[in-house]
Amino acid sequence: MSRPHALLELNGVTKRFGDLTANDSVSVSVAAGEVVALLGENGAGKSTLMKILYGLVRPDAGGISMNGQPLHIGSPRDAMSAGIGMVTQEFSLVETMTVTENVALSAVGLGIVDTRAARQRVTAAMERIGVDIEPDRLVSTLSLGERQRVEIVKALFHDCRVLILDEPTAVLTPQDVRALFATIDRLRQTGLGVLFVSHKLREVAEISDRVVVLRRGQLVGERVTSEVGVGELAALMMGVKAAAPVGDTAAAVGLPTEASPDAPAAPDRGESTTAQTPALVLTELTLERHGRSIVDAVTLTVQRGEVVGIAGITGNGQTELMELLCGTEQTTSGRMEVDGVDVTRSDVAGRLAAGLGRLTEDRRGSVVPQLSVEENLVLEDLPTYVRRGLVDRTAIRAHAERLIARFDIVATPAAAVSTLSGGNMQKVLLARALARRPRLLVAAQPTRGLDIGAYQFVHSQLKELRDSGAGLLLISEDLDEMRALCDRIAVLFRGRIVGTLTVEEATSERLGVMMTGEAVPA
Amino acid sequence: MVAAPRSTYSCVWGWVVSIDLLALVGAMLTIATPLVWAGIGEVVVERTGILNLGIEGTMYLGAFIGFLAALRTGSPWLGLLAAVVSGVVAGLAMALLTVTLGLNQHVSGLGLTLFLIAVCEFTFRLLYAGERPTLEQKFHTLLPGVAVLNQHWLTYVAFLVLAPAAWWVLRSTGMGYRLHAVGENFEAADVAGISVAATRYVALMVGSALMTVGGAFLTLAVLGSYTLDIINGRGWVCIALVIFAQWRVWPTVFGALIFAVTDALQLQLAITTAFGSIPRELMLALPYLAVITALAVWGRKVRYPGSYLRAYRRG
Ligand SMILES: Nc1ncnc2c1ncn2[C@@H]1O[C@H](COP(=O)(O)OP(=O)(O)O)[C@@H](O)[C@H]1O
Ligand SMILES: [Mg+2]
Repeated sequence: MSRPHALLELNGVTKRFGDLTANDSVSVSVAAGEVVALLGENGAGKSTLMKILYGLVRPDAGGISMNGQPLHIGSPRDAMSAGIGMVTQEFSLVETMTVTENVALSAVGLGIVDTRAARQRVTAAMERIGVDIEPDRLVSTLSLGERQRVEIVKALFHDCRVLILDEPTAVLTPQDVRALFATIDRLRQTGLGVLFVSHKLREVAEISDRVVVLRRGQLVGERVTSEVGVGELAALMMGVKAAAPVGDTAAAVGLPTEASPDAPAAPDRGESTTAQTPALVLTELTLERHGRSIVDAVTLTVQRGEVVGIAGITGNGQTELMELLCGTEQTTSGRMEVDGVDVTRSDVAGRLAAGLGRLTEDRRGSVVPQLSVEENLVLEDLPTYVRRGLVDRTAIRAHAERLIARFDIVATPAAAVSTLSGGNMQKVLLARALARRPRLLVAAQPTRGLDIGAYQFVHSQLKELRDSGAGLLLISEDLDEMRALCDRIAVLFRGRIVGTLTVEEATSERLGVMMTGEAVPA
Repeated sequence: MVAAPRSTYSCVWGWVVSIDLLALVGAMLTIATPLVWAGIGEVVVERTGILNLGIEGTMYLGAFIGFLAALRTGSPWLGLLAAVVSGVVAGLAMALLTVTLGLNQHVSGLGLTLFLIAVCEFTFRLLYAGERPTLEQKFHTLLPGVAVLNQHWLTYVAFLVLAPAAWWVLRSTGMGYRLHAVGENFEAADVAGISVAATRYVALMVGSALMTVGGAFLTLAVLGSYTLDIINGRGWVCIALVIFAQWRVWPTVFGALIFAVTDALQLQLAITTAFGSIPRELMLALPYLAVITALAVWGRKVRYPGSYLRAYRRG
């Protein structure tokens, strides 16, 4: 294939972590004005490769060259002076600093900082790439989408010829993704080389000129985007033969398939639900902070056997609504009933007892990483496993083994949860939540960052729970996931529900409009 | 309005008149001086997310080395210089343990303190067994005879130069930004091209040098001699002050003044007859109780720096 002269090249880069080979003699290049996508499942070694390029990880073998000249990159400083900028997968912002301070951080010397000049430079840099954020705001007050924009401004703040974006869309809403892609496009036209890391096929197909596929640390394919189908990319990424049916796979990575062009069939509910108490009733639920309503009079009912989704742009009250539901935040006014029981004033334990199950967004914050899998699995009902004041280890072990088998968790009961991959950690959390047979499960971003296998597994478990007659409230930014699971989708804007659509009505366009605050008559 | 019983009233009145206010303020400033030097040193270090429990030992080291050098050379200035150099070395040792080797900060700091106190005591006994050497030349107070203002120059510098300068450096300079970024999120600092290790090394060397000045103040300015318990927990008081101050300079100075005024007060009251019946030990404990109380009242909702107590390692 013909390609422009390479601007930056990685040649035969190898990196081992103990026994694990994260990158196995990988060579990747990017030219000026080119967007190269680095595609691969979680754990394929994409981040490691990019960190090597940015000087955050030292390779065991291989080299980097720029314009054909060998380049030594021993630290991010070296990378920056070579014209490389990076937005890391986990944001690298100091939350207690302002936007200006964060962006200018790499440019400050040791002496006095001219804050006014810095603010002007930062504002100018933001304007150049079409970002509008108050430069004096503390980063801790920004939404995830805003933080990412700050990250990009920061990466481009020094003269940058190659920009690395590591999974930049993982936390973004469709609108934010559109804005990001517009930015990337603009940067491409100015001659910047972009390395775009993702595990989402559709995004890769849309934004990139060339795709490099990584699998288990090895480069398994390199294609010109316009000449390759997503099916082939999916097959490469997952290591299956291209001839294998890719319908499921495509659905799993959020591609429209012929079998389910838009909406899945309405779930079969079995018996009539009219006579039953709803799984969840929210009446004018409100949370005020500093006199502002973060969650504003949310009224919502989830029937048994029903899945209701909450869609919305990040930072419109989803996190706080979740905290209210879980009982980690005090309700200012309004009422919440789980399975007919008023739990508005109950603490977490009271809610769990009433039949609430939860799967929170922050997985690491929902486990005790140092404790073992089996210990984490019984954390929420320890009293059940205590006999005469002592913990019943045998019962805990048996319980863990049952769940590990049922949820297909790749770990031993005694392994510390911190050693598990993201997918397995989520399975542990799912197992813990479902083992208690909740009558209502609230789940936030249940599949964020999971690979395809884990994604499908989580969905099948959630459907099974729904079919068993529990209600499910799903807070997610992945609209395809919403459409695959939900019966109804409510849209949250500035803490308020601006409308509820049935899944048939919920087209991307319609949801997109509602997410910007327009109520759409159903 | 309930009138106080006459006896209590006269007793309280007796207290108040027995206090010499000017002397109290003067003593407060002197007592606070070593705490301000060492406390600001600890702020500088902890801003990078490192808890330096070596502070107590480092203050002993400053007091001892400063005294030793001044005694041998006859110049308190050379003594102070030697103390500062020893502080930089102590900071380097702490950095080697916690930054380069990435060891536990509690253990490293306590170990350093125990080691330094023992070294000072051992050397002192070795050199001056049974003697009580005193300096011929120590620092003199400025403006002798003027109440409150007859302080040592190190006191003036602590309040009028060190504290404002430290506040300004931490708040307005690139160095301050770097300390803040490393202390709050060292991954982010690294990505921004700031060397986490170098920043922590510099902070530990500078901070420890300030701690040794605090120690040397006691031998070179106040006492003119060295005793084996000369620091007497002042380093630990600084650790508490810095948390109470939430890693800010002026509240650290304020905390040092609270400690100092309580200490000055108990010294004055101890020599008035009305308080002769109160156990001396209780009076001595007063300033420490004041610090604990301040910590309990204002230091409860403390948000620790994001990188606190953690060692940084790249992948
Ligand atoms: N610092 C590290 N120490 C040990 N293992 C690591 C480290 N960083 C990454 N890994 C492992 O290397 C593999 C690749 O990780 P990563 O590059 O983050 O993958 P990706 O970004 O493609 O999801 C994973 O199995 C991960 O657990
Ligand atoms: Mg990654």
